[in-house]
Amino acid sequence: MDFLFITQQTLSATIGVNTIIFALAAIGLNMHFGYTGLLNFGQAGFLAIGAYSVAVPVISFGIPLWIAFLIGIFNSIIFALLLGIPTLRLRADYLAIVTIAAAEIVRQIARSATFNEFLGGSDGITGKFGKDFFALNPFKSGLDTPILRFNANDLWVVITGWTLVAVITFVMWIMVNSPWGRLMRAIREDEDAVRSLGKNVYLYKMQSLIIGGVIGSTGGFVYALSRQSVQPDNYGTALTFFAYTVLILGGAARVFSPIVGAMIFWFLIVFIEQILRQGVTNDLIPDWLIGVNQVGQIRFMLMGLGLMALMIFRPQGIFGDKKELALDAKA
Amino acid sequence: MHLKNYLPDSCRKIDQLAKVIGYRVRLSQSEWIVPRIGINLNLESVVSTKNSQFVEGSKSRNRRLAFRKSSSSVIFLLLSLSSIFFSISNASNANAAETATKLYGTVSDKDGVAIPNVGIAVTGPEGFTKDLTTDSQGNWEVEILTKGTFNLTINQDDLPDGQSLTDPTKSTIRANVFMLGVDLKILFPIGPGVAAASLLERSAQLAVDGLILGLVIGLAALGLNLIFGTTGLTNFAHGEILTLGGLLTYYLSAIVKLPVVIAVPIAILLGAFISGFLQDRYLWKPLRKRGTGLIAMLVVSIGLAIFLRYFFLFLFGGDTRQLPQYAGQAGLELGIVSITPKSILTTSIGIVFIVLATLWLLRTRMGKASRAVSDNPALASASGIDVQKVIRAVWVLGAGLATYAGVIVTVNQGVSFLMGQDMLLLIFAAVTLGGLGTANGALVGSLIIGLFVQLSTLFIPTELKYVGALIILIIILIVRPQGILGKKERIG
Repeated sequence: MDFLFITQQTLSATIGVNTIIFALAAIGLNMHFGYTGLLNFGQAGFLAIGAYSVAVPVISFGIPLWIAFLIGIFNSIIFALLLGIPTLRLRADYLAIVTIAAAEIVRQIARSATFNEFLGGSDGITGKFGKDFFALNPFKSGLDTPILRFNANDLWVVITGWTLVAVITFVMWIMVNSPWGRLMRAIREDEDAVRSLGKNVYLYKMQSLIIGGVIGSTGGFVYALSRQSVQPDNYGTALTFFAYTVLILGGAARVFSPIVGAMIFWFLIVFIEQILRQGVTNDLIPDWLIGVNQVGQIRFMLMGLGLMALMIFRPQGIFGDKKELALDAKA
Repeated sequence: MHLKNYLPDSCRKIDQLAKVIGYRVRLSQSEWIVPRIGINLNLESVVSTKNSQFVEGSKSRNRRLAFRKSSSSVIFLLLSLSSIFFSISNASNANAAETATKLYGTVSDKDGVAIPNVGIAVTGPEGFTKDLTTDSQGNWEVEILTKGTFNLTINQDDLPDGQSLTDPTKSTIRANVFMLGVDLKILFPIGPGVAAASLLERSAQLAVDGLILGLVIGLAALGLNLIFGTTGLTNFAHGEILTLGGLLTYYLSAIVKLPVVIAVPIAILLGAFISGFLQDRYLWKPLRKRGTGLIAMLVVSIGLAIFLRYFFLFLFGGDTRQLPQYAGQAGLELGIVSITPKSILTTSIGIVFIVLATLWLLRTRMGKASRAVSDNPALASASGIDVQKVIRAVWVLGAGLATYAGVIVTVNQGVSFLMGQDMLLLIFAAVTLGGLGTANGALVGSLIIGLFVQLSTLFIPTELKYVGALIILIIILIVRPQGILGKKERIG
């Protein structure tokens, strides 16, 4: 086995593009679920809207990328309003079902042949829509050290991405420690008590949904830009579920938990995958047990088992405080 | 996930062939695209079979199923690919630049009889337009000199009586020409197909399909709803019970080689035992004892669903597989609708199961106890009902019904590891529509969703039919959040 290669791959992934995407998605979910108690299972929809809002205006309409970012934020606000108006008055599991349905609607419309013209059908959109962004790249060559490896474009995405994560985390920290943030946590704990104090709970929940959704859509920006393509099937329900895994892994209702959760999540995924892959190719794992194509499936199986085990044995996550957020509250 | 995992073996061969010539075949929404060569292999013409209408799976799964049915399509593809192979070598010889590309094809009916004098209008970039008609052999061709996207529209009025496009939305076919010098063959899907049927006939057929789909959803939704009612668990792993049912049926019938009529009852019993008894005994009961919260259990069910889905993929592969028995059964013409005997039989048994389950709920002690538990577990327990036993019974019943739902899908359309996932959102929509936690509400919701999904294809593209169902769900929640038969206090 090539342990140096495994280390390089694993460490690069730990601070890599995917970690940034999942951290952003989970920060949004942290706002929804961790601080306000909204069970949003449609986060993938917000990421999809972010990603398509970057790609479609630039490719199909020739709008500058910077305006496309604003369009993306605007669209995700609209999507949050559409989701929130019918469901925020209902119990948590209704919100879960409606949000998962809405995210699926977004994906199916995006991949349908009917809108092939603009959205590219199931193949999605591939093109140089990020060229304005990469034109600012000061790095002429990538990073190639024994422990980390990025090409020039990835390096630029990683640096800007982590800056974005840092800024958003800082803003989150200010928000959740403000009176507004305390109100959000109060809604999570006891909606009726907050209502009895004369607060408009519905409005505050809507604010939470919008803010978390916009943060999620910035994850979509990174997703689209880093790959220079948008593919609808990347934004399925699995993306939402893994964002939840990331959040719960770090511990919900903690400002830094999405970042730590995402790093651990991708560390484990890439590490396990590399070990298995090397094991299979070097014939350490017999072929009848796991074929080369089945490594990915094993990885997903472990992710599912990991999510179950985490939820059963340590629902507060690694850094979460059981008193702050016991996921055991009866809904 | 790579597409190859989803394709039947025959398609892998195409993939290999494509690799030989240095290109990758990708499955697109409406056509196979061989990228960069610039050829859209439109398969509608060869794969549209009447049965594919019944398939409730995703659009791409329809196509996969259709593939299995029609081996001729594969041959067609292989031929096309080999012709690409040759035309590429020709093109490189000719040094492409000014070479004309020929779009050509033959208009013939389902039996291969040529249809002459059919008008075809071609439009393309830079104002390119040309009208042509098919010759006495049904052949037509047009030469083009520019790259770009060309639209070919067939004049449907020119088709003889009794012949029309099998898919009316395919009257215009797009041809993308990326590279000159490579001829494109384009086929319009013609047969005595759907378009020939009147609106009434189409509606009737879709209504029947919708009722069958509604029944499948209903069988699964009943169990989901009972479990939700008694334990409060929103089970995201319920779809996997259907998949397991389908896989067990496939295993017993195709590998153990039992006849389907014997395999199905065994599969139901096994499914009820594994997905009901064992699952509750070793997963959910311990969790309830620990006092795990409802949302935590919901997340556990998501983890379980992900694990099982990929476990099934690991064991079974990504193909959609048909049972060896009764695979290509012909439909019976009953008045204006066509329906296969196997689907009549499986749905009738499904109706019997639903009636029995309803009687169980209404008439037996256990059924009454289960309703008491869903109303108020603490009170039920205080009045001497063994709550854990009731929950166990509900799990076994619910899992048995869901397993049978998987069996129906498997017998009629084949089984794949994604089957449960595809159904899950529809099941949730049905349950929410009818009212979470109400057994009869689930059935009403299921029928509405089933009918709506199928009948909506009269007005919207087939691939968007699930979107319609989900939008209906959201609208219902705005107007009547407790669902059609739900009680208001349940919505919280």
